[in-house]
Amino acid sequence: MESNELIVCKNVSLGYEGQRVLTGLDLTVRSGDYLCIVGDNGSGKSTLLRGLLGLLSPMEGTIERAPALRQGNLGYLPQQTRAQKDFPATVFEVVLSGCLSRKGARFFYSAAQKSEALMNMGKLGVLELKDKCYRDLSGGQQQRVLLARALCAATGLLILDEPITGLDPAAAQDLYKILSYLNRKEGMAIVMVTHDLKAALQSARTVLHIGHRGVFHGTAEEYLASPMGKRFKEDEML
Amino acid sequence: MSILQMFSYPFMQRALIAGVLVSLCAALLGVSLVLKRYSMIGDGLSHVSFGALAIAVALGMTPLYFSIPVVILAAFLLLRVADHPRWNADAAIAAMSAASLAIGILVISLTTGMTTDVDNYMFGSVLAMTKTDVALSVVLCLAVLTLFILFYHKLFAVTFDESFSRATGLKVDRYNTLLAVLTALTIVLGMRMMGAMLISSLIIFPALTAMRLFKSFRGVILCAAVTSVVCFCAGLTVSFVCSTPVGATVVAANLTVFLAACVLNLAKSH
Repeated sequence: MESNELIVCKNVSLGYEGQRVLTGLDLTVRSGDYLCIVGDNGSGKSTLLRGLLGLLSPMEGTIERAPALRQGNLGYLPQQTRAQKDFPATVFEVVLSGCLSRKGARFFYSAAQKSEALMNMGKLGVLELKDKCYRDLSGGQQQRVLLARALCAATGLLILDEPITGLDPAAAQDLYKILSYLNRKEGMAIVMVTHDLKAALQSARTVLHIGHRGVFHGTAEEYLASPMGKRFKEDEML
Repeated sequence: MSILQMFSYPFMQRALIAGVLVSLCAALLGVSLVLKRYSMIGDGLSHVSFGALAIAVALGMTPLYFSIPVVILAAFLLLRVADHPRWNADAAIAAMSAASLAIGILVISLTTGMTTDVDNYMFGSVLAMTKTDVALSVVLCLAVLTLFILFYHKLFAVTFDESFSRATGLKVDRYNTLLAVLTALTIVLGMRMMGAMLISSLIIFPALTAMRLFKSFRGVILCAAVTSVVCFCAGLTVSFVCSTPVGATVVAANLTVFLAACVLNLAKSH
């Protein structure tokens, strides 16, 4: 594994209980990458994400993860759960919980971790919501809070699962802007699963399309020229 | 009869000490359980502890020594069921509750017969706490409190977002297990006094009340703890003065506070 490589998948097959969802995938995520994973429903996008996060071991092949990632130094923005909708917790409590993975054997947060949480909240514009209750926020604000929490956990890689689900178009645009900023200015590698192809192609540098008929992996321009990308363009015209 | 006189009886002192500690533990654990949508696990475990208690008495064993391992085992099982993607968790829990109840009743009717014992197991008795029970309650409740305080931040992270915690390297299953074991212990300890049918309310009501009133996790935890202890003391006093069953009276006190919190919450939002 080279030093700028974060995750290397070699000939990976993933699945549950003997059922293969995804076969023969080669994929490398390097620092500074911006990768969008798109594909049909049930094609294995979420399964792949679980593999990249290290929550699912491959049935075949290998998934190598950089040592830092294995210690929990990665930011993850999961899909929101039902339980979170009425969860009584302040924004500060939620963001601070992102620092846990780097807390080591200590039982309480240090002052440095608290100020880091505050800094990340400032970066995402949710500092003034600090003492607000998470359940009272709008969908867009909630996503920013979860992103701030992810930044507390990560220095090099953010993994996002359908981050714009349930957001209105303005809030979604907003989120893409933040991600582009983090990618360009802070060198954060981003891996995102999304349905929203159009916006994804605007910001992502590389695209991984997982379909029932095959896999495409290349730059956004190459994707638009490929048969899969062409089909997407035709859909747009209609 | 004055309140001071009430606590001159040794059985009342025992009930007060054990009850306060158990309600404190139940409230703390309850917040996590309710938020994780695990309320039914608490209910299931109380039914299992009824079955275990019946069998222990039939075998002539000290109830706690038999119930604790059985209920912890059931907690492991229920947690696996609740987290299994393919299984129908609430049906499994309902089936387990009814089955343990049936086994308990059968064992009792075949051995001692359906006496006041059954009534005591089901709905609790203030006389049930022996000196050993109280000693064990104190030790176990202190253990629950210590673990809860030490792992507070981790329990929060796991309660709020399991996927994130798992991805960032927290051993989520370990904390879920910790939660289930602590809940099992609390239920076994509280069941004799509160009754198998009523003990789960000690876990659920304070959390629901606190969630109506507070916006931060810490606030909810503290409020649930205070509510639970106050309701227990009020319930115990009323039950002594009016000679009502202690379990039902404590639940009634919890219900009253919960309804008051609902009204307060409504008034605030209008």
